[in-house]
Amino acid sequence: MLALSFSLCRKELAVGQVSITVNGAEHILELEPRELLVYVLRERLGLTGTNVGCDTSSCGACTVLLDGESVKSCTLLGVQVDGHEITTIEGLATNGTMHPVQEAFHEQHGLQCGYCTPGFIMAAVSLLDETPNPSEEEIRHALEGNLCRCTGYQNIVRAVQAAAGVEV
Amino acid sequence: MDVLTPRSLEQALRLKAERPDAVPIQGGTDVMVELNFDRARPAALLNLNEVAELRGWSRQNGRVWLGSGLTYAEAMERPLAEALPALAEAARTVGGPQIRNRGTIGGNLGTASPAGDALPPLLVCGAEVKIASVRGERIVPLPDFVVGPKRNVLAEDELILGVSVGGTESRQTFMKVGPRNAMVIAVVSLAVRVDGDLRAAFGSAGPVPTLVRAGLGDVDSFPQRVAEAASPIDDVRGTASYRRHALRILTRRALDRCLV
Repeated sequence: MLALSFSLCRKELAVGQVSITVNGAEHILELEPRELLVYVLRERLGLTGTNVGCDTSSCGACTVLLDGESVKSCTLLGVQVDGHEITTIEGLATNGTMHPVQEAFHEQHGLQCGYCTPGFIMAAVSLLDETPNPSEEEIRHALEGNLCRCTGYQNIVRAVQAAAGVEV
Repeated sequence: MDVLTPRSLEQALRLKAERPDAVPIQGGTDVMVELNFDRARPAALLNLNEVAELRGWSRQNGRVWLGSGLTYAEAMERPLAEALPALAEAARTVGGPQIRNRGTIGGNLGTASPAGDALPPLLVCGAEVKIASVRGERIVPLPDFVVGPKRNVLAEDELILGVSVGGTESRQTFMKVGPRNAMVIAVVSLAVRVDGDLRAAFGSAGPVPTLVRAGLGDVDSFPQRVAEAASPIDDVRGTASYRRHALRILTRRALDRCLV
């Protein structure tokens, strides 16, 4: 009896086909076990807004939201998000109108080359969901998992402050 | 590589017994970096993300139970952060928010790194690790659980269920030295607790995180004793003499914080 129930659950466990909801749309995908989430997003779904920087969860360029919480999609397997919801930078704008955080990065020029920007914006969205009125210190603490190698963090912090409604 | 995703603890233990070569993975902070750097090619991963029994924390007979799936982000939230302030402070220093949302206490125990940030706070709070396999459960005090750099006592069919800790609401703190505040591996780390006696536990200053105890009357000599208990090495992150020096200073500062 035990052996029977075990073989049944093994069948369910043999993951290959997964169901992932990305930016509100459900995708049924056949994935290789070794595929990283970031490549599932970029190469299977064509969502190239999420960048790959370091492959080792150091730089934060690949930040997406998993069930609303920020995570680094280069150190997460696609099969691990089976049954879960992912939000990428492409999922922020509504009806052609940019998200307030995107708008603020544009207005405050919170970028130079732009490579790190999607990751910073996703980290900032995650912060403002949990802490709508963060102090500058809280903003800097919330962005510490993201690296900008062009310029620095002054305008990035200012953009997050602007998105939170602070006069900058 | 197979990725096995059990949906219950019972399934997880049976899979681990059947596939002892499967590497357990929670947040992947350590495991995925090994894979991405091609330093490890496990035949299988045991993805524990969907095992609800491993999540969360609870109060049990004056102690606190931390499931192995408890994330650093969760350890930073009240009321748990008030019950275990040193662990909360240590959690704040781990990686960045994205890593704290994924990384778990169980992963830190499984990796058993000398630099594991959660380990010194758990040591000063008398942590006992609960381990299970299809053969049954056992409880191992944390000092006996970590047996060498990145080595623990887990048998190949065993999984970490969580840890039970005491010392809640006592005076305790955590400090860490690194080249910057975020995204660093500790050059040295230290947890101190004052509660009937003096306890300090350090990381990155010996092959395993180590606990040092003394009586309340030994406040003046304690920083030196902690530094002498360390057996640090010179490596890319710092020298042995710097680590010993830093431990002495940190212990003094931590005692000042806890004795006010």
